[in-house]
Amino acid sequence: MISYIIRRVLYAIPILIGINVITFLLFFVVNSPDDMAMSQLGQKYTTEQQIEDWKRERGYHLPLFHNPSVTGMAQLQETIFYQKSVRLFVFDFGSSDSGRDISYDISQRMWPSLAIAIPNLLVGLLVTISFALLIAFFRATYIDYWSVIICVALMSISTLFYIIGGQFVVGKLMRIVPISGYDIGLEAIKFLLLPVIIGIISGIGASTRWYRTIFLEEMNKDYVRTARSKGVSETRVMFAHVLRNAMIPILTGVVVVLPLLFMGSLLTENFFGIPGLGSYTIDAINRQDFAIVRSMVYLGSVLYIIGLLLTDISYTLVDPRIRLS
Amino acid sequence: MAVRTLINLIFLALLLLPGCKTAQWNNPYRAQDQQLDVIYTSFQERPKELDPVKSYNAAEYEFIAQIYEPPLQYHFLKRPYELIPLAAQQLPTRTYYDQQGEILADDVDPALVAYTEYVVTIQDDIRYQPHQALAKDQHDKYVYHDLSMDDLESVHVLSDLPVQGTRQLTAHDYVYQIKRLAHPNLHSPLAGLLANYIVGFADYREQVLTAMEQTPGQWLDLTDIAMEGVLALDELRYSIRVQGVYPQFIYWLSMPFFAPIPWEADKFYSQAGMKERNLSFDWYPIGTGPYMLTENNPNLRMVLEKNPNFHGERYPSEGEAEDLAAGLLQDAGQAMPFVDKVVFSLEKESIPYWNKFMQGYYDTSGISSDSFDQSVELNSQGQFALTDEMRSKGISLSSAVATSLYYLGFNMRDPVVGGLDERAQLLRRAISIAVDYDEFISIFRNGRGVPAQGPIPPGIFGYEAGEAGHNPYIYEWRNNQLQRRSLEHAKALMTQAGYAQGIDQETGKPLILYFDTVSRGADTKALLNWMVKQFAKIDIQLVIRGTDGNRFFDKLNQGTFQIYQLGWNADYPDPENFFFLLYGPNSILVSKGQNYSNYENPEFDRLFDQMKNIENSPLRLEIIKKMNDIVRADAPWVFAFNPKSYSLSHSWYKNVKPNLMANNTMKYKRVDAQQRAQARQQWNSPIVWPLYALLLLLLLLIVPAVRGFYQRERATGL
Repeated sequence: MISYIIRRVLYAIPILIGINVITFLLFFVVNSPDDMAMSQLGQKYTTEQQIEDWKRERGYHLPLFHNPSVTGMAQLQETIFYQKSVRLFVFDFGSSDSGRDISYDISQRMWPSLAIAIPNLLVGLLVTISFALLIAFFRATYIDYWSVIICVALMSISTLFYIIGGQFVVGKLMRIVPISGYDIGLEAIKFLLLPVIIGIISGIGASTRWYRTIFLEEMNKDYVRTARSKGVSETRVMFAHVLRNAMIPILTGVVVVLPLLFMGSLLTENFFGIPGLGSYTIDAINRQDFAIVRSMVYLGSVLYIIGLLLTDISYTLVDPRIRLS
Repeated sequence: MAVRTLINLIFLALLLLPGCKTAQWNNPYRAQDQQLDVIYTSFQERPKELDPVKSYNAAEYEFIAQIYEPPLQYHFLKRPYELIPLAAQQLPTRTYYDQQGEILADDVDPALVAYTEYVVTIQDDIRYQPHQALAKDQHDKYVYHDLSMDDLESVHVLSDLPVQGTRQLTAHDYVYQIKRLAHPNLHSPLAGLLANYIVGFADYREQVLTAMEQTPGQWLDLTDIAMEGVLALDELRYSIRVQGVYPQFIYWLSMPFFAPIPWEADKFYSQAGMKERNLSFDWYPIGTGPYMLTENNPNLRMVLEKNPNFHGERYPSEGEAEDLAAGLLQDAGQAMPFVDKVVFSLEKESIPYWNKFMQGYYDTSGISSDSFDQSVELNSQGQFALTDEMRSKGISLSSAVATSLYYLGFNMRDPVVGGLDERAQLLRRAISIAVDYDEFISIFRNGRGVPAQGPIPPGIFGYEAGEAGHNPYIYEWRNNQLQRRSLEHAKALMTQAGYAQGIDQETGKPLILYFDTVSRGADTKALLNWMVKQFAKIDIQLVIRGTDGNRFFDKLNQGTFQIYQLGWNADYPDPENFFFLLYGPNSILVSKGQNYSNYENPEFDRLFDQMKNIENSPLRLEIIKKMNDIVRADAPWVFAFNPKSYSLSHSWYKNVKPNLMANNTMKYKRVDAQQRAQARQQWNSPIVWPLYALLLLLLLLIVPAVRGFYQRERATGL
């Protein structure tokens, strides 16, 4: 398995280089270094000299990919791409274009994102798996029928509606939790309750339907029939056999998103004023801060690759038949 | 058994809920601040820059204007806006010099003036807020000016360096900051402008570059490099020499660009390892003002607290006639600031902000489109007034027309819409009539704006209200009010221009114009459709060319556009700050200036040169009238509207008067914390019965399910 992991890590390198190149191209197709300078310096009284000074200080005066004014390897090294992207491979994010330490920002802002994402994931899993099991247990009854309708209705509603509706009903009308905001330590709990509950409710519809399908598929298999014919109780069939075997596809979906929990949620963070990494990325895009954008895209890519690797490894843990080689 | 215990606990908790009814569960603030004199407000996104050398927008000034003290400030109550001393003892003295250095009389012809020298005298009792950069040991040596990387190993925030110090403010600190404005690595947005005025400012950049090359990687003490036109005359006086006559220069002295910076702080923050730890002017300002930044967490909350070293200032005793009746002079002569703390919370969306304002958790609020109908309504006199809901909460409404202008600009170098010939003039006037901004204000801004009659917005010298100030090419003055000229008149102008029924009489082709805009997507579809309809009223086909901000400004820079829309906020309350947007030599194609329309009328330019150099006077007003007449006739812009802002304040929030030029207004504000606490208590009792209802519903659903479960468990296989 170790050789498999090493091989996967090596595969990741060209993928990450490709992602860096694509991010770089996409960003600079839309924004020239002059645009970035104007965005940082403002439009009102900015002179060309100031724009040149700004670009020179941050290395944006160099050509994008190839520098014909120098010789040898320097032709590749003395470029914006090389100067800005190579350091990312050792997770040196450097400073934002406005001069702030990106690593520090990430270290500060990942915690609020995690504070929402982790309870959202764990409680959400518990609730949706329980619902899905219940619906599967009552398959082909009115409970199953109405539950599926409710699930479809829940997944058809926009997340934004849940957020605004939740803030209106729970925060404004019932006055049970603050409408928005955040704090550190235990004070954070009252601010997290509503976004977490909304996150769980908005995810119930899609997840429950998916898990229900998985459970129903398992319940129709021969080993379940065998278990029942041997007189095993329905509870034991559901929990000891069906749930256990359904864990493989569930894990596929869950483990892959685990690392991405760091990246936060844009809508939730914006509406609840939670200072996570989702809003950090969008703010950077709006401000044309390439340093932050490329760092966040790179971080997201690395975490996604880690997620895929973890998924593969988790297969071997839940299903002894699978061997990584 | 465990399940039953859990259910019992939940029931117990729910039974206890009504007992907690008086608590405010939705209070977003810490309980210990409940009774304090605190202002609660918000910020929408992290401030881009708090260093006064770079900071240049209202969102940043909200913080630093309370911390830094430039020499001058605007009077809080008086209108028109009036400059008064802040850190200065009085307004700067001004002396004219000729080329030989001889002093000239005050009323001399501006053309003879080579230099104007301003001398600022600052107060002698001002000290800096406590700060690590000023900390000294018993040997009078700075404690933190020689920190190694090892010393900084455990330092993450400024307070990790425990010793603080202070010292008296001197004229040298103001001079130091002006030199920082010219520093090539600090990228001050004002550097380009000031290089045209302050003597030696442009050369200073080169001097600094040379010095940096000679001592690479070392801190450069700007006191060692003199700037020709800026001198500290003694500890309390400094002089600034500007080229020729530039009366508007004095307004810049009220902005944080000209606030003092002690050299010690520059040296302190320039040490290796500081920037990486975000230890900089941007994160930890050092000022002499009424407040200091004690919590800077731009991801969550920013907190200003009273500066213990503040020199003191008194609430103004004079104002406008109606200020006394409005209770704005009740605190006259009282020592400021009135509140101990200002808490800014991150609030990115307007809906949560509004709801929290209604719950009493913010003291004041603007009125967004979402909340407009809930907060104001048209009364029987056709004016906006508060709704019953607002009045029942004791909320008050204040409004002000911003010193801003939105306009629809034509490219004056375009062969169709540009040029000063009669044909193009008539076409532009016809468009100006057809694009009905009265309707725009009503539909898209809920009436929050006034139709602009010229380049100068209300509140600026040269603006004239009523008949005298109306644009006769677009409006008529009937029955004591403005009335937009008819579409028939616009169509007649089109015919005169050779575009009868939208057909170019020379080519026989329909007239198609192009509108470049950054407005794209579903949100702005209605607005763009409206714009197309306005042009269609006079048979012009308008093509919308939506683009992103970067491409839009590229087109402006290159002059490859026909029609565009922009706005301008006053930097200072002087007509020069608006007319210069139409000054020929300031054309974007000529000098990369802000005249995006590339308008160039020799007579207008001549009058501008004359107007900008003289003080406000009847003569100046006369010139401004002539300039207004010229631009109204030429119509290089469709004068769209001057936005009107409405704001709401709770009854516990005192001394509210919109001041669109001053940013340092926190010190004037006062809150009645007790009244606020009572209101919050009254408005925020939690309502818990829906929780019981929800629980009951769950039980109703669970019980049959549990029964069904057991029935299935006990059922036979077949």
